[in-house]
Amino acid sequence: MTLTTALIAGLVLGGTYALVAMGLTLQYGIARIMNLAYGDTIITAAFAAFILQGGLAVNPLLGLALVVPGGFLLSYLIYRLILSHLVARASDRGALEVDSILTTFGLLFVIQGVLLVLFGGNYTSYSFLNVAVDIMGAKVAANRLLALALALSIGLTLYLLLTRTRWGTALRAVAVAPQSAALVGIDVNRAAAFAFALGGGLAAAGGVVISMYQTFTATAGVVFTMKALIVVIMGGVGNLLGALCAGLLLGVVETLVSTYVDPGLTLAATYAIFLVVLLWRPQGLFGRVAR
Amino acid sequence: MTPLLSIDELTKRFGGLTAVDRISFSMEEGEAVALLGPNGSGKTTVLNMISGHLPASAGRIRLGGTTISGLPAHRIAHHGVARTFQLVRVLPSLSVEENVLAAIRFRVRPASAAEADEEARSLLERVGLAGRGGEPAAALTYIDQKRMELARALGSRPSLLLLDEWLAGLNPSELRIGIDLIARLNDTGMTVLLVEHVMDAVRALCPRAIVMNAGRKIADGATAEVLKDPEVVRAYLGESDAVA
Amino acid sequence: MRTVIGFALAGVVLAGLAVAPLYLGPYGTGLLIGMTGYVTLASAWAMFSGPTRFVSLATVAFFGIGAYTMAVLYESLPYPLVLAVAALVGLVVALVVGLSTLRLAGVYFVIFTFGLAELVRQLVTWYEVNVTGTLGRYLFVSFGSEVIYWQLLGLCAATFLIAWVIGRSRIGLALKVIGDDEVVAVHCGISTARVKLALFAVSSVIITLVGAIQAPRWTYIEPLIVFNPTVSFLTLIMALLGGAGRLWGPLVGAVPLFLLFEWLSANFPDHYSIILGLLFMAIVFVLPKGVLEFAETGLRRLRRRPPQDGSATVAGKEVEG
Repeated sequence: MTLTTALIAGLVLGGTYALVAMGLTLQYGIARIMNLAYGDTIITAAFAAFILQGGLAVNPLLGLALVVPGGFLLSYLIYRLILSHLVARASDRGALEVDSILTTFGLLFVIQGVLLVLFGGNYTSYSFLNVAVDIMGAKVAANRLLALALALSIGLTLYLLLTRTRWGTALRAVAVAPQSAALVGIDVNRAAAFAFALGGGLAAAGGVVISMYQTFTATAGVVFTMKALIVVIMGGVGNLLGALCAGLLLGVVETLVSTYVDPGLTLAATYAIFLVVLLWRPQGLFGRVAR
Repeated sequence: MTPLLSIDELTKRFGGLTAVDRISFSMEEGEAVALLGPNGSGKTTVLNMISGHLPASAGRIRLGGTTISGLPAHRIAHHGVARTFQLVRVLPSLSVEENVLAAIRFRVRPASAAEADEEARSLLERVGLAGRGGEPAAALTYIDQKRMELARALGSRPSLLLLDEWLAGLNPSELRIGIDLIARLNDTGMTVLLVEHVMDAVRALCPRAIVMNAGRKIADGATAEVLKDPEVVRAYLGESDAVA
Repeated sequence: MRTVIGFALAGVVLAGLAVAPLYLGPYGTGLLIGMTGYVTLASAWAMFSGPTRFVSLATVAFFGIGAYTMAVLYESLPYPLVLAVAALVGLVVALVVGLSTLRLAGVYFVIFTFGLAELVRQLVTWYEVNVTGTLGRYLFVSFGSEVIYWQLLGLCAATFLIAWVIGRSRIGLALKVIGDDEVVAVHCGISTARVKLALFAVSSVIITLVGAIQAPRWTYIEPLIVFNPTVSFLTLIMALLGGAGRLWGPLVGAVPLFLLFEWLSANFPDHYSIILGLLFMAIVFVLPKGVLEFAETGLRRLRRRPPQDGSATVAGKEVEG
């Protein structure tokens, strides 16, 4: 693999990380739920795309239009039926954090268990747009380029919606100061439910995108949650552009490590980055206090 | 002689807002000084920086010649700074005595278990909670929680005591008891810096006052003089309890 | 006096448990090993995570480190020395995790521990494939399963003793203060990061030792077996069911859940993680503080009803004015 190929592959992977990290930062930053089952939402969406493509011959691009609303709806239901009760009973933010960590940790095992029953524990993938495209002398699979384009355009659309529209401003207000947001007439609970659902939709989008170019297993959710969390912390909680930069960075570093060092050490590389962030700038590399 | 506390160009910024803007002052050992100012003028932020609850953005705090700014809060406590909180902070699942023991057993020269129990009892007696050590702290009334918090602060054997609106919310007779308590502490040589809105208490306790407005120090001197200062009166305009 | 009786009682129970394998068959002994292992894991977990509310999801990382150290070294070193090395490796990992996260907010710690088992698993796999060239090891020890059981029982008793001593010590007071209000804790002069680090280290070393002692039960070991995330999950759910804030809480939770898990994995091998997940969520919802505390508040309420209403509310009223 040439350096250009590796860099492009890294950007593709990083774009996906950025996309899913944006969803997680919405869930944690606005809905205040630390969702450990997040990666399992991603994997569920990947399997959904796999069924649609393999079983029903639905193009993954069209699949996106089905799976993303599905992820949104599912997450909305999870929030309304389960998590909102925790929010209601929590005495402070710390209590909610512990409760949500525990609950979603249980949820992780439920989702993973269902996936294992349905699909088994093997690596799964399907072939889509697997043709080489020539970019600056490097051969890159078309599905990867499409994945990068999708990740970036979905991410940027979200960013514009959040910064340029009225409800985007309302959501950001809830993230910064939930009490004050309530005072100016924003329904904080509705905003939180919506943000959580939106995060689930992004996770689903990420899952479909990942399934286009990568193999995945029913138990891979943990690693995706982990990487998304690290990207969120690197970027600064609630900071969408930070998540974008951090995601791209992580993707490139991982790909370089797996190309030039050893594919078995990618998670180690991720942790090494995480460790540096923790020791050096736990509030995130890109400014903005985590709060 | 070096002052007990000396604060030099102390600054705190929250994002774009400068809550405390290059404050400097010093306190001699045994002094009782009031830190005054309208709400939001940065008084509590100054206390928070002295006790290490918040890191300073710039400037220096020295206690008895040692620089304490930049140290973690527990080290500052070990250097001799103790405080009470604007909104009383009790340890609700602990007993009253355990609340005080927490300070006694973790100060720089902790007492042994047996001595500590004895000391906790005598501190509780001193603040008017004799015989109440076994009660759950959460069950105390507001004034008793404040008393207990003071006993806890004293349990650290501080050289500097920071009281953040310790007298707020007390009724007149409780107020008298509270003022007496602080006066007696100060008489025994305790250096006290208090943030307070109750002006009767300030006049009774503190010969010297420092006034802040919008993060800056606008006056520092004899309390009676300071309270007549036109700039101080202007800063306080509208806060009727203060000018009374 | 009550302490003496308590210790005597615990001694009798312990002696009874120690001779149990002589009367039970190999299956019964196997059950006892698993149960003692989980009681120890849950108690060690609760020792740190209960009072600090820092949820550790890394139980199996340490457990697996212990098991793997045993598998790698048991042929080349005397057995007690292998245990010592395992404890040391566990300690070093705990210090790395603790020093980088425990001075920060709880989430950082949770996140770090969440992926830790997977990280260690991948590192061990990488090491085995690239350095030793094998994946999977056989492990044959000369002693029988009852010896494994006695070691675990000893470790379990030691864990309870440590937890009991901590509860009575200065560190125990510090933990209670930290659990109630960390800001007050630091202003009292408590170095919260150091207290947490010490406790996390003790808890992690115990967990590592459980893994090391239990390892010979498998005879064949590979990363996927010893780093099974279900171990972390079960430990957590057991400690929470009983109540992580009580000395006996994890014991109360571990025994029934272990038996339930045994039954589930025998009868519903494919579905047990779903069932346990749902059960776990139910526990978080219904019994957030565990069975023991729930029962205690219930009892207190029952007891309070017949005589005149509580004396606690009368206290703290003699303020004049």
